[in-house]
This record gives sequence, structure tokens and C-alpha cells, in this order.
Amino acid sequence: MKVHIPTPLRSYTDKQSVVEADGATVGEMLAEIDRRYPGFRFRIVDEQDGIREHINIFNNEKPVRSLSAPLQPGATIHIVCALSGGV
Amino acid sequence: MKRKSHPIPKPAAGAVAVLIGTRKGAFILRGDKTRRMWKLSMPMFLGHIVHHMVSDPRDGRTLLIAARTGHLGPTVFRSTDFGKSWKEVERPPAFPKVPEGQKGLVLDHVFWLTPGHSSQAGVWYAGSSPQGLFRSEDGGRTWEGVSGFNDHTMRGAWTGGLGDGTPDGPKLHSINVDPRDPNHIYIGMSSGGVFESVDGGKDWRPLNKGCAADFLPTPDPEYGHDPHRVLLHPLMPDRLYQQNHCGIYRMERSEGQWIRIGRNMPKKVGDIGFPIALHPRDPDTVWVFPMDGTEVWPRTSPDGKPACYVTRNAGKTWKRLDKGFPKRAWFTVKRQAMANDAHEPVGLYLGTTSGEVWASRNGGSGWTSLARHLPEIYSVEVAELSK
Repeated sequence: MKVHIPTPLRSYTDKQSVVEADGATVGEMLAEIDRRYPGFRFRIVDEQDGIREHINIFNNEKPVRSLSAPLQPGATIHIVCALSGGV
Repeated sequence: MKRKSHPIPKPAAGAVAVLIGTRKGAFILRGDKTRRMWKLSMPMFLGHIVHHMVSDPRDGRTLLIAARTGHLGPTVFRSTDFGKSWKEVERPPAFPKVPEGQKGLVLDHVFWLTPGHSSQAGVWYAGSSPQGLFRSEDGGRTWEGVSGFNDHTMRGAWTGGLGDGTPDGPKLHSINVDPRDPNHIYIGMSSGGVFESVDGGKDWRPLNKGCAADFLPTPDPEYGHDPHRVLLHPLMPDRLYQQNHCGIYRMERSEGQWIRIGRNMPKKVGDIGFPIALHPRDPDTVWVFPMDGTEVWPRTSPDGKPACYVTRNAGKTWKRLDKGFPKRAWFTVKRQAMANDAHEPVGLYLGTTSGEVWASRNGGSGWTSLARHLPEIYSVEVAELSK
């Protein structure tokens, strides 16, 4: 799967805007990214496994709000910082 | 007669650094020994919300930053070369994950950082929003919740829940470690009040007797108060001061209750404010920066006339110190945004919500602007760069 990374998180991904990751669910996919880029997950998922308020995740352009949402091989994932987060 | 538990330290004589946390990043103002020449760094973590940047006086080179962004969750960054380079810590503060179906606490931001006792190298404490207490034993690299507080059966009652806090969320702040005993710890909570532990954080008890909480329906509650900033004096650790939502207070532990020393402030000014600073060598000398707490709480200086106030007799009388400040200004000085150095005379530093840093080299007698046009200032701390 290709995972598109927003600019605020690229300090974790060596500046890469897209990373490859696997996982049967959003949670598994983020766990794999966090193994390679430690700290990444906690910035967008809280300690109760909730996707943070100002973060949106899209699976093939459809929004998902749960880590248990299933992913298909070859899916395109976008992690997006919502317009609500800035002042 | 003053009762001092520790010998009076010699004044610092070296260079000074002012650590500035802002809504849009962190800055360091470096001063020379005379405290007349200052150089402002470029921003660190530009765009990040920096609640607190604190140095470790035990090694003189470690800095921790409590940060988040508008989108990203909270974390802590660490430098071991006084800000030249930074790394995110391995395990930032977080509440424990609760079983499926239960509602667990979610850490919104780390608000407060305090180095541990001088005998415990590497120990740090952090206070969070919502109110949580965290401890690190490895210089801030990894953090664990202090279960004795975070899981205390009374925590929910003491804090009043998520809706009972500041506009930026309820906060645990003002972590003070008794210099005589690393297991004796005070905290302040907005809301909640002042609490202490005498067993290293395993258990806690409220310490609010005598302190007003006139925003509550209960006349003299045991907890639920709003201390804005609490400090113990390192030379007299049984003396506490606090700038509270309801006034300025002092407590002698032998007396066991807070005395409202702010009643001796001029009536037109009142005794509402956020920060408070203590003279490092004189437990009777205290500085505050009053704000307008009338009607809808503008939180600007009373009548728009910025001034610091000092007492040199533990609160019996107060003197206005406004020389150098603008005649009119409408900024706010937040609870973490005033600090002092350890020189003689003592230097005072404050940061404003309008992004200015003001300083006095003479205990507040005269003020000068050290920096302006910074983002909204959240915190100001002082590091002595050499003895």
C-alpha cells in the first residue's frame, strides 16, 4: 500500500511524502510505520487508540475513523491534517 | 525572625539564558554576565505549540520541551547540548490504555516540566492536561504515569472532570520537590487546588485550608481551588506562596493554612494574577504581576497599566514597580511566563501574550524590553549558564 504522509509528519519519514506499508487494518498499517519511524503513531493516534481530532485518514479516498477499519492490498491511504487544526 | 533551613547560597555571577516557550516555537535569549547584552536565537520547533522549556540545573546542558501542534498529539523533545540539537523522547507521557468499552483518559498536552530532586540525577516530573502527573528516571527519555495520583480514587473528584479547567483545558502544574526530601512533592491543579505527597507520589492529600474558592457554591471546600502558580521557598521549604485565582497567599506549614497576603495590595489593583516569583536568597521577598480579574476577567494589567509588585516582608506591604513599562498596554503574563535569575540584584524576566520579553536587572526597579514581535509567549524560564 502507498501511504501519503502530510508535511507535519514528514520529519518522521525522512522527508518522504509517500511510504510503503502493509497491514490488514489501519491499526496494523500504522503500527508498521511506527516500527520504522518511532513516535509517528502517537502523534496521530491517542493512547486509547482514537484517531486524533484534527487528523483524517482516507482509504481509497473514503474516510475512516477507526483503527479496526480493514484495508485491501494495494489500497491508497492518505493521512491528512484537517483544516481545523491551525491558529 | 526568619527561620532558614538552608545556608544562603552565593549569588550567581555568570551568563544567563532565558528560555522562551511560545504558541509558535521556542527561543533562547542569551545574556552576558552583566545581563546587558542579549542575543535572541532563531526559533526552534517553529510552528509547534511549546508549553514549557526547562533546563536541568543538575547538569547545565539538558533541556526538555513540552510540545504539540494544532494537529499532532503531545510529545517531549530533549537536547543534551543546550538547544543545539534535539531529539524526540522515546516514550512521551501518556495515560494507560483502558480495556475495550471503558473510557480512558487522553493526554491533550504536556503543560509543565520540573527537574527532580538534586540527589536524583535523571529524575523529572511532568504535569499534563487533563491533570496527570508523570515521572522520568532517565533524563526525560521515557515517562511513566505516577499511578498514586493518576489512578487515585479521588482524582476525579479533586479535578472536577474535563469541563472544570482553564480555557485551554484543565492543568496540573507547579510541581515542587522539597529540597530536604525527594519524596515530599507539591502540585497545583487548575482546577483542583494544591496537593502534597509525602511518600514519593503514592498518596496525595489536599492542602487548601484558608484559601478562597469564591467561584464554587461551597463556602470553604477541601479541594476544587484554582492555584495559578505555587512555589515553595528553597531556603524555607515549609513556606509556600501561591498566586491563586482568588488572590495572593502564603502558607507556613506550622500554621497549616493559607493567609491571603494579597489583601495588603492596593484595592484598585487587587491581587489577581497568574505568575509569582521568589527571591532566591530572601524568603520574604516575592514578586507578582497583577491582572484585571473583574467582571469578564480581561486578564490584562489593571487599568491597562503594566506593573510588577514586590513585597519584602512576606506580604505585609507591597510596592509598585512599573518604571520602564509602557504607560498603557493590554497584554497578559501567563502563569509560566515570569521567572527570576540568581544574581545580585536579582534579575526578573517576563513574557507577554503580545510576544514581548521584559527584564529587570535590579529586582524590578526598572524594566527594559529584551525582545519583541515574538509569538504569544506561554512560558519563561531562566538558566544560569555558569556559576
